Amino acid sequence: MTSTEIDSSPVLLRGVRPYGEGEPVDLLVADGRIVAIDAAGSVDAGQAEVVDAAGLVALPGFVDLHTHLREPGREDAETIDTGSASATLGGYTAVFAMANTDPVADNAVLVEHVWRRGREVGLVDVHPVGAVTVGLGGERLAELGGMARSAAQVRMFSDDGVCVADPLLMRRALEYSSVLGATIAQHAEEPRLTVGAQAHEGERAALLGLAGWPAAAEESIVARDCLLAHRTGGRLHVCHVSTAGTVEVLRWAAGPLAALPTLAAGGRPGRVSAEVTPHHLLLTDERLATYDPVNKVNPPLRTEADTLALRAALAEGVIDCVATDHAPHAPQDKDCEWSAARPGMLGLETALSVVVETMVTTGLLDWRGVARVMSERPAELVGLADQGRPIAVGEPASLVLIDPTAHWTVRGSESASLADNTPFEGMRLPARVVATMLRGRFTARDGKVLRWIDSC
Amino acid sequence: MRHLLSIADLDAQAASTLLDTADRLEQTLLGRQVRKLPTLRGRTVVTVFYENSTRTRVSFEIAGKWMSADVINVSIGGSSVGKGESLRDTALTLAAAGADCVVVRHPASGAAHRLAQWLAHTGVAVVNAGDGTHEHPTQALLDAQTLRQRLGDIAGRRIAVVGDVLHSRVARSNVLLLTLLGAQVVLVAPPTLLPSGVGSWPVEVSHDLDAVLGGVDAVMMLRVQAERMHGGFFPSAREYAVDYGLNRRRLDLLPEHAPVLHPGPMLRGMEISSAVADSGRALVTEQVRNGVHLRMAVLYHLLAGEEVE
Repeated sequence: MTSTEIDSSPVLLRGVRPYGEGEPVDLLVADGRIVAIDAAGSVDAGQAEVVDAAGLVALPGFVDLHTHLREPGREDAETIDTGSASATLGGYTAVFAMANTDPVADNAVLVEHVWRRGREVGLVDVHPVGAVTVGLGGERLAELGGMARSAAQVRMFSDDGVCVADPLLMRRALEYSSVLGATIAQHAEEPRLTVGAQAHEGERAALLGLAGWPAAAEESIVARDCLLAHRTGGRLHVCHVSTAGTVEVLRWAAGPLAALPTLAAGGRPGRVSAEVTPHHLLLTDERLATYDPVNKVNPPLRTEADTLALRAALAEGVIDCVATDHAPHAPQDKDCEWSAARPGMLGLETALSVVVETMVTTGLLDWRGVARVMSERPAELVGLADQGRPIAVGEPASLVLIDPTAHWTVRGSESASLADNTPFEGMRLPARVVATMLRGRFTARDGKVLRWIDSC
Repeated sequence: MRHLLSIADLDAQAASTLLDTADRLEQTLLGRQVRKLPTLRGRTVVTVFYENSTRTRVSFEIAGKWMSADVINVSIGGSSVGKGESLRDTALTLAAAGADCVVVRHPASGAAHRLAQWLAHTGVAVVNAGDGTHEHPTQALLDAQTLRQRLGDIAGRRIAVVGDVLHSRVARSNVLLLTLLGAQVVLVAPPTLLPSGVGSWPVEVSHDLDAVLGGVDAVMMLRVQAERMHGGFFPSAREYAVDYGLNRRRLDLLPEHAPVLHPGPMLRGMEISSAVADSGRALVTEQVRNGVHLRMAVLYHLLAGEEVE
């Protein structure tokens, strides 16, 4: 990876195809916004740098609601700087950094630190996720209001890594956060059903002698939380949905349950949204045969039937968006025996290609659909005003340019992340991010990170 | 055979060859004053046990010594392992120090597989002496050896495996090996002590021990880990003994030719009554004796260069 100082001069993308649709167009960017879109070859470049974008697809920059940046505390695994670099290479213009750092981001000082460091790096918008409970302890609500009102303007709270298992505390979190306009993102895992769990409970785990992580541990919490959201008017976001059963619970929550008269104060309906990770769309527990912990993740890789149900749900909108759960780990935390290894996988730089492999080449989504699940819907869920916006004149120029015909072989060692724990190592995947632009400035281009030091 | 990590690594021919070799080694040593063969002179076998196991460790140690290998037991408490050294670093250290074979017992399923991956470039052989709740291949081989000696051919025989299948590496290895050798296996346990994926295994499943016993050629009792007795897997030790314990009354339900096996240590009065354990039908001591010859056979095929195909 190399870094290059860049300027903010106007850029003309010549011959690009927004959403992969229609005839190629020229797209002129100036002062951080799209200022002209017209037929290819017809826009006067003026002082703008002309970029040959023939054959490239333009989408709104991706928004990841679920990223682990590890800073503060585990800077040997990832930093806000390296995680941001990885994100921009993956086509992201905004990421939500989970709170399970060390110390935990459970107060205004911590979330402001993460937010400010993200601004200093300046490659993507880093939005800190605040913890729901103090120290992720699951016993006492963290100061959600203080974090929401801080400079970081926290919009999402999550104890991700652990479940808010206490139903009363979860109810309080949904109630309390509802007046803050914030979302509670739940890591759905009933802890009593997953004591010692190491792999998806089923045929493969039984053969390998790995304690099972039953699907019902996820499904039961999601069902409970959907009921609580509808009764409290809270906003619930289900992290990393992994089972076909959870998909059915989400259908029920959006259909029969949502049609019930709400008991929430003022009659406000709750809102339930959900995300799926690229690895749960593609990989199954068949990969566990070698005991290589690069395949260890929480929730675990499930069965082929689960992956197919997740793909269908994402296409139908039952699952709202793709989130990476990008989880870098230092080598000593992964290159060990299975039970000792930490769960998690890299995801930012491979997400687009995995989504294309599982959703586009299968005909389940077109490029507009990719924009919906990777850009527009996640931005909408957390109320980001300048991300996930349409590609139209006057809109912010936060874009990703994609070569839809490219194929590439994943190499963890080539990642901008400090870690290399990718389960896609050696896999040949379709489509590649050619460039990423944040508010009119290229932050990544041709596989290189372009740094710009913000004056703030 | 490069390593012995799982029964799944063997085909029927390779498994039979190991049993035959164990037979030959036993015959060779029979009646000798000095039970020592020169076969593995100059080779170094290191046993690394992350869990206590007197019988398995001693069995491997005697096996190695009877083959004239230098056998070194790594003491966990007094080594760098006890100071927090990773399994990977321990493996590389042992290889660098000159080990030809590492015999590993570890509480993590898959630990032996990982060890073999880390040592792939070194030529060091790895023997799985029990990994978590995954497998214990030499135990299954010695069980098969014991059954073969008592019953003759294992193919076509019906074997009951009774008890805590869920947590038993012995059960997993035995299911694989016995079915590989052509036996029918019936697992007998309460539903809470069966893995959720057991439906895909090539076995029958029963929750009624009395109903099974009359039609089997042998019974393998499994150890119930004492710490699980109050873990909600079953209501009480007493109820387990009533429903799944092998007692004198149940012994009478077995066909006369059918022996009783137990990998030990036995929970007398719960899994098995003393009357059964001490009877001529129980082959526990034969299992231990066969374990040495079987492990000699494994070390021989791994280190003496003769392939098991």
